[in-house]
Amino acid sequence: MPKVTIDNIEIEVPDGTTILQAARMIGGDVVPPAMCYYSKLETSGGYCRTCIVKVTQGSAKDPRPMPKPVASCRTPVMDGMVVQNRTAPDLLEARNGVVEFLLINHPLDCPICDQAGECHLQDLSYENGLAKSRYEFKRREFDKIDIGDKIKLHMTRCILCYRCVKVANQLCDGRVHGVLNRGDVSEISTYIQNSVDNDFSGNMIDVCPVGALTDKTFRFKSRVWFTKPMDAHRDCKKCDGKVALWMSNNEVLRVTGRKDTYGELESWICNECRFDKKEVSDWKIEGPRKIDRHSVISQNHYESLRQLKIDVSKQKNIAEKAHQDNK
Amino acid sequence: MSRQLLLEHINTPGIRGIKAFREKGGYSALEKALKTMKPDEVTEEVKKSGLRGRGGAGFPTGMKWSFLAKPDGVPRYLVCNADESEPGTFKDRYLMSHIPHSLVEGMIVSSYALGANTAYIYIRGEMLYVYHILEEAIAEAYEAGFLGKNILGTGYSLDLYVHPGGGAYICGEETALLESLEGKRGNPRIKPPFPAVKGLWQSPTVVNNVETIAAVPHIINMSGDEYAKIGIGKSTGTKLISACGHINKPGVYEIELGVPVEEFIYSDKYCGGIRNGKKLKAVVAGGSSVPILPGEMILKTPTGEPRLMSYESLSEGGFAGGTMLGSGGFIVMDEDTSIVKNLWNFTRFYHHESCGQCSPCREGTGWMEKILHKFMDGHATLKDIDLLWDIQSKIEGKTICPLGDAAAWPVASAIRHFRSEFEDYVRNPEKIKDIKHYYRLNNLQPVS
Repeated sequence: MPKVTIDNIEIEVPDGTTILQAARMIGGDVVPPAMCYYSKLETSGGYCRTCIVKVTQGSAKDPRPMPKPVASCRTPVMDGMVVQNRTAPDLLEARNGVVEFLLINHPLDCPICDQAGECHLQDLSYENGLAKSRYEFKRREFDKIDIGDKIKLHMTRCILCYRCVKVANQLCDGRVHGVLNRGDVSEISTYIQNSVDNDFSGNMIDVCPVGALTDKTFRFKSRVWFTKPMDAHRDCKKCDGKVALWMSNNEVLRVTGRKDTYGELESWICNECRFDKKEVSDWKIEGPRKIDRHSVISQNHYESLRQLKIDVSKQKNIAEKAHQDNK
Repeated sequence: MSRQLLLEHINTPGIRGIKAFREKGGYSALEKALKTMKPDEVTEEVKKSGLRGRGGAGFPTGMKWSFLAKPDGVPRYLVCNADESEPGTFKDRYLMSHIPHSLVEGMIVSSYALGANTAYIYIRGEMLYVYHILEEAIAEAYEAGFLGKNILGTGYSLDLYVHPGGGAYICGEETALLESLEGKRGNPRIKPPFPAVKGLWQSPTVVNNVETIAAVPHIINMSGDEYAKIGIGKSTGTKLISACGHINKPGVYEIELGVPVEEFIYSDKYCGGIRNGKKLKAVVAGGSSVPILPGEMILKTPTGEPRLMSYESLSEGGFAGGTMLGSGGFIVMDEDTSIVKNLWNFTRFYHHESCGQCSPCREGTGWMEKILHKFMDGHATLKDIDLLWDIQSKIEGKTICPLGDAAAWPVASAIRHFRSEFEDYVRNPEKIKDIKHYYRLNNLQPVS
């Protein structure tokens, strides 16, 4: 079993593990962000370049550093590899650059976007982005299109992570959607606005890291942080029926799959569970769902407020001190 | 004229056909290799010759061949990269359209060395007439018994196919080429695995440039050691240079590696000096993606030695003071050339050709083009120069394939060596009058 050191933490991992998976085994701050990698989808990853890391020692056998930063999601670890993520300032600078590239053509319409609150791009730009854009030109725009009667595609928001294409390739039969054109005008689309009509096509909504693919049965119903996530299940012939319900009072506003710490689905759910079962009586509710990560959703509902209060008082003190210093 | 190998018989009438080609000693390397040598011996000769990839990167060919994985029961492939689309480079097209059999013979010998029973020539879609020429040559080779089953009674079989691409620059990148050859969207693959392990249809594959493959028969004929004597140091053999720009005699020249750059530009044997008696301003030495160098820096290395046309000498001085031999697209610019305008044109090309797979290249190339457009429109500021520099540094080395680097290097080198010219564009907007005229002529819309 190869041993790899990531940010000075050593871990032994099975053969064939990628750097990103190894970092996730360690957990915490050393995990690089990943916008396009999805562990449940084969050949995903490598496109967005946010997960780049610096390899300062290739392996025990060949200790040369790798000349360029590598995509951690697609690079397998070697025995004796030494990786830097948060500890390399030049790498963080490079990652900030990638985030800036992802944002220059993103409309930043978070106030009207259904994904806001559970958007990976929001988290990413909060952690690595600039406060102000240096891009001063017109942003790329596309028309919104309906792909099928349940899914809305808003290509303007897309960051071309290819996850939905992989879903279409690997989960659905009779694939009708993919990438058209090339360069910065390439777009995810169906062939001449064909509809995506498949029992598992709804999963592309869940894998979309931004608000490009949204659930038409939920669009503009509520901000996600006003809804309460509940674990629930039902007997379903197509999928295992384990879902998260997003409720407001006794109303089921939205059904999604259950997402883990890294925003990845625990299991794929079918379109019937996702779009058609919107009554509480359809489901056996297990209890409130804990939302991991630093999401606004979990801040509202589940995190201890004491933590927040401490932070507020600390900031107050700092502000007062600064005020006095200025005097 | 110095030693010629590839273009030796270029002026022979009918050299495009197999008859004239064989009269001039064509297909003798094929007979020598298949009848008297083992595949490993052919690879060994190529290794000894020190032949380096002619497509741009200059990786030793023999080494590349020996990296090819050889698992049992899995077919191996040789693919010839004839998707020559680097701006400024037109040597492969010239070679293929005039002496197509030199490529066909090279393909057979190389496939024999690699143990491939199927080989492909992936040719750029725009060069459809060359495609027909190659098809004709292959048909002739089949007829002569050089292709097909049991070639020359040696028991070795090879099928050779020509496949035209759609004309995308990105398909010159080897993994994108393989994707396109498989019938998919021409997006570069993420490496590893490398093509030598998992290439075409997940089988071990070698991808080589046209000129590299065409040089193999000459190595077999004259032996690797003899070939290694041509050239200088680690840059062995001859190289086709496609010279263009403001010179008296543009065209394809075969040079022995190691000719001084000054001789190449000014000697009557080659480019014949700068057009209209103007002064040399800058040179892009190996196709549009290599760093541009000012005249005095291309003629002399940073240590003051005269610079030679070789892999090492041209890259002497690193990225700050050197460039690369690249694919041999030698673009010469005289004193009247605007470096900013030229850079804008290059960047426009890379923006158009970016495949859109990974974010730095997809978004960054477009951004750089728009900023350069601002210079053309006359409302750029001095800050934009630093912004351009910052963007290129964030693209370089962060992308899946080398297109990101290729887009970043020209910008970096132009700002490094010609910063004053960018500043000039900011301070004297009247300079750009001719560009606005160019817009009107070509019906282009300035970017808002």
